[in-house]
Amino acid sequence: MKEFIAILKNEIIKTIKRPRSFIGFGIIAFICLMLQSAFYHDGKEILSFVTGQLENVFNVEGKVLNGNLICFIVLQTLIVQMPLLVALVTGDLVSGETANGTIRFLLTRPASRTKIVLAKWIAGLFYTLLLLIVLGFFALFVSHWIFGDGDLMALNSEGLTIISADDITWRWGYAFLIAFLSLSVVASLANMLSCIMDNSITPIVTVMAIIIVFTIIGMFDLPSFDIIKPFLFTTHMISWKSLFEDPIPFHDIWFSIAVLIVHIVLFISISIFYFNRKDINS
Amino acid sequence: MSLAIQLKNVSKHFGDFVAVNDLSFEVQQGDIYGFLGPNGSGKSTTLRMIMGLIKNTQGEINLFGKSLNTNRSAIMREVGCIIEKPDFYNYLTALENLQLFARANQLNFKKADFEQLLERVGLLGREKDKVKTYSHGMKQRLGLAQLLIHNPSLIILDEPNTGLDPQGIIDLRNLILSLNKEEGKTILFSSHILSEVQEMCSSMIVINKGKTIAQGKVDELLSHEKIHVKLEVIEVEKTSQLINQSNWNELFDKMEENVFVMNMSKDKIPELVAFLTHSGVGIERIDYRNQLEEYFLKITNQ
Repeated sequence: MKEFIAILKNEIIKTIKRPRSFIGFGIIAFICLMLQSAFYHDGKEILSFVTGQLENVFNVEGKVLNGNLICFIVLQTLIVQMPLLVALVTGDLVSGETANGTIRFLLTRPASRTKIVLAKWIAGLFYTLLLLIVLGFFALFVSHWIFGDGDLMALNSEGLTIISADDITWRWGYAFLIAFLSLSVVASLANMLSCIMDNSITPIVTVMAIIIVFTIIGMFDLPSFDIIKPFLFTTHMISWKSLFEDPIPFHDIWFSIAVLIVHIVLFISISIFYFNRKDINS
Repeated sequence: MSLAIQLKNVSKHFGDFVAVNDLSFEVQQGDIYGFLGPNGSGKSTTLRMIMGLIKNTQGEINLFGKSLNTNRSAIMREVGCIIEKPDFYNYLTALENLQLFARANQLNFKKADFEQLLERVGLLGREKDKVKTYSHGMKQRLGLAQLLIHNPSLIILDEPNTGLDPQGIIDLRNLILSLNKEEGKTILFSSHILSEVQEMCSSMIVINKGKTIAQGKVDELLSHEKIHVKLEVIEVEKTSQLINQSNWNELFDKMEENVFVMNMSKDKIPELVAFLTHSGVGIERIDYRNQLEEYFLKITNQ
């Protein structure tokens, strides 16, 4: 265990000290601040157009443009970008070392290959968590600081749901936990491809290609696609949004969590199996 | 004396290609063992198998009397290696790199330990610089610090001279000799600089196309080995006469203008020079290839 903690510490230090790790933090901060700035200046006009239409049916009261709405919009906007940012770092964890030659040092030390893969995987999850913390800080806290608190008007598959400001904090907490689980699938997939491939770029591109293909399959209501959709991890990556429905479909959320966990276990098992048999020729 | 390395009938196949074929050799503890072969002969594959980077298809690899397959972790605590060139995390400082290496070896190093190590390799004062700013020579020295950080008893070096300047090659040679003589470390050493191998190694193996073609004590393998000695003389006629009328005629190979090529063992050179100079022949130049080079080229058919 002591040996594992030592190599895990090494992996975390390497991950957070790499220049490319900061790209993700910078992009998240930039996108959040850009959207917040745009909504700060033009948000009232956009929302008055939407609420103006609703006022024909409902009586809209209170501050619609608030921190909760901005956070909800930011999270939806970053659905595609977040996996890319995760893959950018986690897809390079093993293959980057293979390409640079430092893998030879790692694999000629006493720690087993299984421990090395697990340490790298956990370091990848740690980085994913850091990305989400940065996202949470900018999307939730900074938005609340700029726009204040208020009820959330969430548009989802069931239509428009109004969630009281008093009832929302716990939903954000669980939403971020499910987002973490979803991005952990991406990190695990990237780590697996990184174990198989010997250069840094291919695993990152492959992860994005898989996500794009799976997302396209999820977009079409075709009978042949409907069979496989429930088993694609991308179908379940947006299950955090279900927490903003009323009533919350807990059964669906638990199923999504199970599918995501199965994917993580599968990807890390393949990583360990393959990496233990891999010849290092570089 | 006990064995540091033992390979028994080791083979490695990459698909249909046989990179190493039924290779067996032993390295005694305390030896400097040369590992030679032309490019693509299977040297690097063999060294990588010994380091556990490549899995052997057949055979048995034992280090310090233990199987590498079942005792890898314990064995690797005793082994240090540089495969081709040392590699580092260039975005970290030299000290941060060494801290990673110490942690990977489960060493509880203090600041003074790092300073001592850095001083030994001549990098004290530059430890806070990022490795990406280091010259090739400095990286090589940091590689030595990485190699020695856990005080291994077996050191494996795969072409460690690659990219080194002449001073670097001399420094590395001196370090290897001192690690062997003063600290008793076993060294398995592959190099294309055959004069280095002849000078440093007590035993050696030569492989080609994955197979052993020569193996044994360096002195014994080369003892009967003749080399081409080129004598550039002033008086061609007189030299030719002297050689023809003496026993040296048996060792005469050919003549190229004013150069006499003799096929003889290296230890006879002083005798030949004495014979010619006492007979009044002026020798302008004596040139001969390293004995191991001759031997290597002959047995590898190059």
